[in-house]
Amino acid sequence: MSTVSYAVTDSLTMLRRNLRHAQRYPAMTFSVVLMPVMILLLFNYAYGDTLGAGIGGGDYIDYVTPGIVLMAATAGSLVTAVGVCVDMTEGIVNRFRTMAIARSAFLTGHVLGSVIQTVLGLLIVVAAAFAMGFRPDAGPLEWVAAAGLLLFVTFALTWLSAGIGLVAKTPESASNLPLPLQFLPFVGSAIVPPESMPTALRWFAEYQPFTPLIETLRGLLMGTAIGSSGIVSLAWCAALTAAGYLWARATFRRPAKR
Amino acid sequence: MTITSTLGPDTAISAVGLTKAYGGRTVLDGIDLRVPEGTVFALLGPNGAGKTTAVEILSTLVPADAGSVRVAGHDVVREADRVRAAIGVTGQFSAVDDLLTAEENLLLMADLHHLARREGRRRAAELLRRFELTGFAAKPASTFSGGMRRKLDLAMTLVGDPRVIFLDEPTTGLDPRSRRTMWELIEGLVQEQGVTVFLTTQYLEEADHLADRIALLDGGRIVAEGTAEELKRRIPGGHLRLHFARPAELAAAAALFDYAGADAEALTLSIPGDNSVVTVKAVLDVLDNAAVRAESLTVHTPDLDDVFLTLTAEGAAR
Repeated sequence: MSTVSYAVTDSLTMLRRNLRHAQRYPAMTFSVVLMPVMILLLFNYAYGDTLGAGIGGGDYIDYVTPGIVLMAATAGSLVTAVGVCVDMTEGIVNRFRTMAIARSAFLTGHVLGSVIQTVLGLLIVVAAAFAMGFRPDAGPLEWVAAAGLLLFVTFALTWLSAGIGLVAKTPESASNLPLPLQFLPFVGSAIVPPESMPTALRWFAEYQPFTPLIETLRGLLMGTAIGSSGIVSLAWCAALTAAGYLWARATFRRPAKR
Repeated sequence: MTITSTLGPDTAISAVGLTKAYGGRTVLDGIDLRVPEGTVFALLGPNGAGKTTAVEILSTLVPADAGSVRVAGHDVVREADRVRAAIGVTGQFSAVDDLLTAEENLLLMADLHHLARREGRRRAAELLRRFELTGFAAKPASTFSGGMRRKLDLAMTLVGDPRVIFLDEPTTGLDPRSRRTMWELIEGLVQEQGVTVFLTTQYLEEADHLADRIALLDGGRIVAEGTAEELKRRIPGGHLRLHFARPAELAAAAALFDYAGADAEALTLSIPGDNSVVTVKAVLDVLDNAAVRAESLTVHTPDLDDVFLTLTAEGAAR
């Protein structure tokens, strides 16, 4: 077999290992799904009427769901850091390093496994939103585009997260280090439009990656204007994927930590 | 034992001028090693001597700062993947997947060695049987005792049928029974499959028991190398011990030898010496001529503990 097909075989072996971990230890996956669903419940039933009136009418669940779905994608991606870090701090990664297997397989297996889990989590979150009255007016094409965008974001953030897992000293810090990322949607357009925020915050909200992502997702699902957000989102995803991938790969290639 | 190991046709591991420093602290200071195929080599040393670093370099985990290493006929830097295909490593810290069962751990290794599914299952079942883990095949590794984890760890190392096996402190932290079991497994490997074993240990007894050749590592240098017997001979710790029936005879004998140590309670007299036949005969002649009667005589050869303490103390003084 060629080097390339070994890289694929080894990555699939690592993927199977990671999916089995998720199956044995589902608490991590559940907690990732649970948080966005709780936030959805809170913002829909507790604050929904006030916030809905504040943004100028309409069902608030339709406004808030795209942002929360993105939040769930972020949370799911960031779990990768913990899984990678646990492997790095135990002997198993050194065992892999002394075997004749494709170097890329370890990280690829983690990233693919994490993306699959996140996608499953997103399906649950979207289903919960539907149950709460979320009624998008997207056609098949828009659904495919929205799913594709979510997949791209998840992929980008998962590579970034793998890098974080490699540099984190302990699984605890791997879990805490990326927490600020999870709050970015709140200071974007997830909950309320940035125009309603104080100037400094508004400026931040407009230029951080989550706002164009949320706007694009909302545009695809609810038919609001997308404008330049679409292209900006794709650019962010591509840049984050490239940066995360190159960083993680370079970090992993460095010899074992001391 | 010495003869077969030095006449071994091929070299499994060779290192020349191996040097490694971490943050300005020299861990290995120019080490030369040669391990013939099919033999057991023990790198013996106290904590912090550089044993683990040596294994890490030999097993392609970290690059050396200087020096060259060949394992199983390949350069560890330029042909790392060829070396990796020929070796198996059981590190000091358990490298089993806690969330997988014993059998799944072995099958994971089989998959990573690209064995066919049927062959992988066969290997896993065979190793579980040989390591007496069959009854625990479906139990997650996280529930295993220390001894069982080590056994599983070694079994995982063997899935790929390695020709050269590195064992970094394979029995550290194990109870005596588990240690014996590990020893038997390691001996079996060498006798039945002719693999080469490179092990590190801080236990002299372990090196003495398992290894054909022993190198003593201290402060990043090899301070002595040879068979256990050769190392023991380097230390002048040997003595003859004479046993007497009565205190009067002990006193009479003690007066005959300058450096002897008398033990009035045990009625013994220890006479330092090199334990050669000539020395023994000379001692007995002296007793004969003085008409002193000894009940029995034992010859004490220095054990590796004497060697270890003497040579590492020299290292510390340097």
